[in-house]
Amino acid sequence: MKLMRTLLAATALVAVMGGSAYAKQLVFCSEASPAHFDPGPTTGGNDFDASSRTIYDRLVEFEHGGTAVVPGLAESWEISADGLEYTFKLRPGVKFHTTSYFTPTRDLNADDVIFSFERQWKQDNPWYQYLEGLSWDYFQGMDMPKFLKSVEKIDDLTVKITLNEPNAPMLANLGMDFASIVSKEYADQLAASGNLADFANKPVGTGAFTFVDYQTDAVIRYAAFADYWRGKVALDDLIFAITTDPAVRAQKLKAGECDIMSYPAPADIEGLKADTNLTVLEQEGLNIGYMSYNTTVAPMDNVNVRKALSMAINKQALVDAVYQGAGQPAKNLIPPTMWSYDDKIVDTPFDPEGAKKLLEEAGVSGLTLDLWAMPVSRPYNPNAQRAAEMIQADWAAVGVTANIVTYEWTEYRERGKAKDRPGAFQIGWTGDNGDPDNFFATLFSCSAIGVSNYSSWCNEDFEKAIQDAKKVSDPAERTALYTKAQEIFKAEEPALTMAHSKVFMPMSKRVVGYTMDPLGIHRFDNVDVTE
Amino acid sequence: MLRFILQKLALIVPTIIGITIASFAFIRLLPGDPILAMAGQHGVTPERYEILKEQFGFNLPIWQQYFNYVAGILQGNFGVSLATKRPVIDEFLTLFPATVELALFAMLIAVALGIPAGIFAAIKRGSWFDQITMGVALTGYSMPIFWWGLLLIIFFSGYLGWTPVSGRISLSFFFPRVTGFMLIDSLIAGKPDAFISALRHLILPAVVLGTIPLAVIARQTRSAMLEVLGEDYVRTARAKGLEPNRVVGVHAFRNALIPVVTTIGLQIGLLMAGAILTETIFSWPGIGKWMIDSISKRDYVSVQSGLLLIALIVMAVNLIVDILYAVINPRIRVQ
Repeated sequence: MKLMRTLLAATALVAVMGGSAYAKQLVFCSEASPAHFDPGPTTGGNDFDASSRTIYDRLVEFEHGGTAVVPGLAESWEISADGLEYTFKLRPGVKFHTTSYFTPTRDLNADDVIFSFERQWKQDNPWYQYLEGLSWDYFQGMDMPKFLKSVEKIDDLTVKITLNEPNAPMLANLGMDFASIVSKEYADQLAASGNLADFANKPVGTGAFTFVDYQTDAVIRYAAFADYWRGKVALDDLIFAITTDPAVRAQKLKAGECDIMSYPAPADIEGLKADTNLTVLEQEGLNIGYMSYNTTVAPMDNVNVRKALSMAINKQALVDAVYQGAGQPAKNLIPPTMWSYDDKIVDTPFDPEGAKKLLEEAGVSGLTLDLWAMPVSRPYNPNAQRAAEMIQADWAAVGVTANIVTYEWTEYRERGKAKDRPGAFQIGWTGDNGDPDNFFATLFSCSAIGVSNYSSWCNEDFEKAIQDAKKVSDPAERTALYTKAQEIFKAEEPALTMAHSKVFMPMSKRVVGYTMDPLGIHRFDNVDVTE
Repeated sequence: MLRFILQKLALIVPTIIGITIASFAFIRLLPGDPILAMAGQHGVTPERYEILKEQFGFNLPIWQQYFNYVAGILQGNFGVSLATKRPVIDEFLTLFPATVELALFAMLIAVALGIPAGIFAAIKRGSWFDQITMGVALTGYSMPIFWWGLLLIIFFSGYLGWTPVSGRISLSFFFPRVTGFMLIDSLIAGKPDAFISALRHLILPAVVLGTIPLAVIARQTRSAMLEVLGEDYVRTARAKGLEPNRVVGVHAFRNALIPVVTTIGLQIGLLMAGAILTETIFSWPGIGKWMIDSISKRDYVSVQSGLLLIALIVMAVNLIVDILYAVINPRIRVQ
C-alpha cells in the first residue's frame, strides 16, 4: 500500500513537473491549515479557500468581486410564483476531475446535486456521519433543514428544490461554500472500497483546480483543471504556503517567497504599501462591528437611554483609534456595498449634552453598567479592549460608569447571548452570502434571541418587514422593506453600529487580475501572473 | 544493569498515569468549549448543542470520559481529532519527523558550540573570552523566542536575503514523502539541490530553538569543568607533566561530561516547549504548532493524546539518557 502510494505520488509529481518548464505558478501565503477538503462540514474561511473556492463549484455562484448571484453549474433556473419551487437546469458536459485516485466515467448530473444536499440533511444517508464526529454546521446554521422540503431529480439535467415556506435568500444560500456540488460517483466508489475518509482528504470536484497534494500544516498544491467547464484558467499551478503569523507572511511576500498574502497585520500595511514591488488592494469588508444593548433589562429597555448612551460616544474618534485607518463609521447595520443600503439614514449624533438631558428626562442618574469587550481581534473589531476604554471615558463624561468585562471567546459569546445578560455587548458579523437577510434576520430577528440576537430585541414592525422581505423575490420590493427595517433600527437603537472595516490584500506586481471579494473569500480562477 | 533499567521502567508507570490525568484535565480546565469553537460565527442552537454534546460523548460524567480515554489508549486508540476528523496518531506521526529534524539540528548547534565555548571559558577563567561568553549565554538564556525569531527573520531573510523566511523547503521542490525527514527524503529522491534548500530552511529555526540549550550547555560545561579542574587527580596529571591538552581533553573533560550529558537529556523537554513557539513563527509543520492550533480550537482529543505522546517520547529520551549516564558513570548503577 505504501509503495502504491509512493508510486502514485511520483506519478502526480511527474505530471506536475513534466509540464512545468514554463508553468505559470502562483504562491498564496494563506493564514491557516484547512481542517480537510470537504467544504460541507467545515466553517472557516481558510477551509473554504482551500476546498470550495478552488476544487468545487456550486449551482449558482457569486459574481467576481461582488455578491450578485450568477449561474454556476446550473445554467438557468426558474422560481415558482409562490416562491416554493426552484427548478435548476444543469449545464451539460461538466466534467469532474480526473486524478491519480479517481477517474470519472460520466459528467455532472442531477444525482450529484441531490447527493450533495442529502448527505448533509438526511440522517439515514450513509454519508451523514462518514467521518467520526461530523457535524454540518453551515447547513444547520442557514436553517436549511427547516426550509427544505425536497430535492428531486426531474431528469438527468434538471433538479427541483421544494421549500416548506418562501425564502428569498435561498438562492444566495445555494452560492455558499457548504452548498458545493460533490461527485456521487466518487462517493459510491469510496463506499464500495470502504475508504470513506478519503472523501475529505482526496477531494474530487468540478472546479478550476484539481487537488494534487497536501503536506499537513505546510503546503497545498493544485493544478489547473484542463477540462474545466469555463475553460482552463490562466495559471498552471496554484500553491498555498500555510504561514500562520501575519508578520512572517509579510516578510515572505517581500522576499518573493509568495506572490500574494491574506490578512496583513494592521501595523505592516504601511510598510507593504511602501514596497515598490508590491501592490496593496483594499476593499470595504462585508461586515459590521456593533455593540448590543440588552433591550429587556432596565434602564436599557428605555429607547431614550439607549439613544443617550450612543450619543455620548465619539464614534469618529473611536473608529480612528480602534481601526487605525481601516474602518469607516457605520450608521446602518449593513455595509454601504450591500444592496438595499439606505444612505438617507441620519446617524445618532455625537452630543454629550443632549445625552445628559435624555438621561435626566428618563430619570436615570448614577447609572452603572457592564461594558463587554471581546478577547479576540476580528476584522470587524480589531481591538475591542481599546474600544471599551474609549467608550468608558465617553460615558464617564455624561455620568455613566462602565465596568469592562471580558471572557474567553466562546465563553464570551455564550454569556453574551443570555436573554438577561446585563450591559452593552461588543460583537460583530461578517456576511455569508451578500443577502441583507443574512444581517437583519440572523442578528436581530425575534427567533434569534438566545442565539445571535445579543440585544434580545424583538420589535413587531421590524420583524414584519424582515419576514416579509424573505417571502417576496422582487428585489425592488425587498429593498423597500429593508429600507423600512433600517429606519426602525435607527429609531429604536437596539445597538450602536460602530464601523465597517476595510480588508487589505497585498500582492506582488506580477499578479494580474486579482479581484478582492466582499465575502472575504480568496479565489484564483481569474488570476494570471507575468513572468 | 538490567535491574537498573527495570527500576527506571517501574518508575515510569505512575508517571504515565499522572500524565494522562494531567493532559486530560488541562484542556478541560481551560475556559472555552470545543463544540462552540467548531461551530463558527453562526453558533448553535441549544437543542443542537445537546445533540452534538452527545455525539462527542461530552455529556458523559467526567470520570467516564477519562475512563474511555484511558481504555482507548490501552488498546492503542488515541482517538480522532475533533477538528480534522483524522486519527490523532496519524496526525502525530505525520508531523513528528519535522519536529525531530528541527530539534536534532538545534541540539547539534547547541552541543557543537556550547561545549567548546564552556571548556574554553573554564580554561581561561576570568578572561575577556570567559566574560563575553558567559554574558552572551545569559542573554541567550533569557531571550524571548518569539521576538528573537522575528528579529532573525527580519535581519537575515528580509534585510540580507541570506536565508528563506519560513517553511521547510523551497516550493519548487516536490518529491514523495518517505521518512518525513526533509534532509533524508531529498537525498532519497536524488535531489542534492533540494537537500541544500532544506538545510537552508533549517538554519534559522534551529538557531532560534537551539539558543536556550546552547546557553545552558555552555554554562553547565564551564562550571563542570571548573569543578573538575580543581580536583586532585587533575593536579596530579599536571604534576606528572602531561601536556595541558591531554589533561583538559581526557582527564578533565571526560569527568566533566557526566553532568553535561544529564543537562542535554533534560533539554529535550525544553526543546519540545521551545518548538511550540519556534514552529509557530517559522510555519514549521511540526507537533509544537499542531498543539497550539489544537489548543486554540479546543480540540480536546488532539490535545490530551498529543500531550501524552509528547510526554512518552520525552520520558523515553530521558530513560535513554539515564542508561547512557549509567554507562559513563558506573557508580550510578550501584546506587
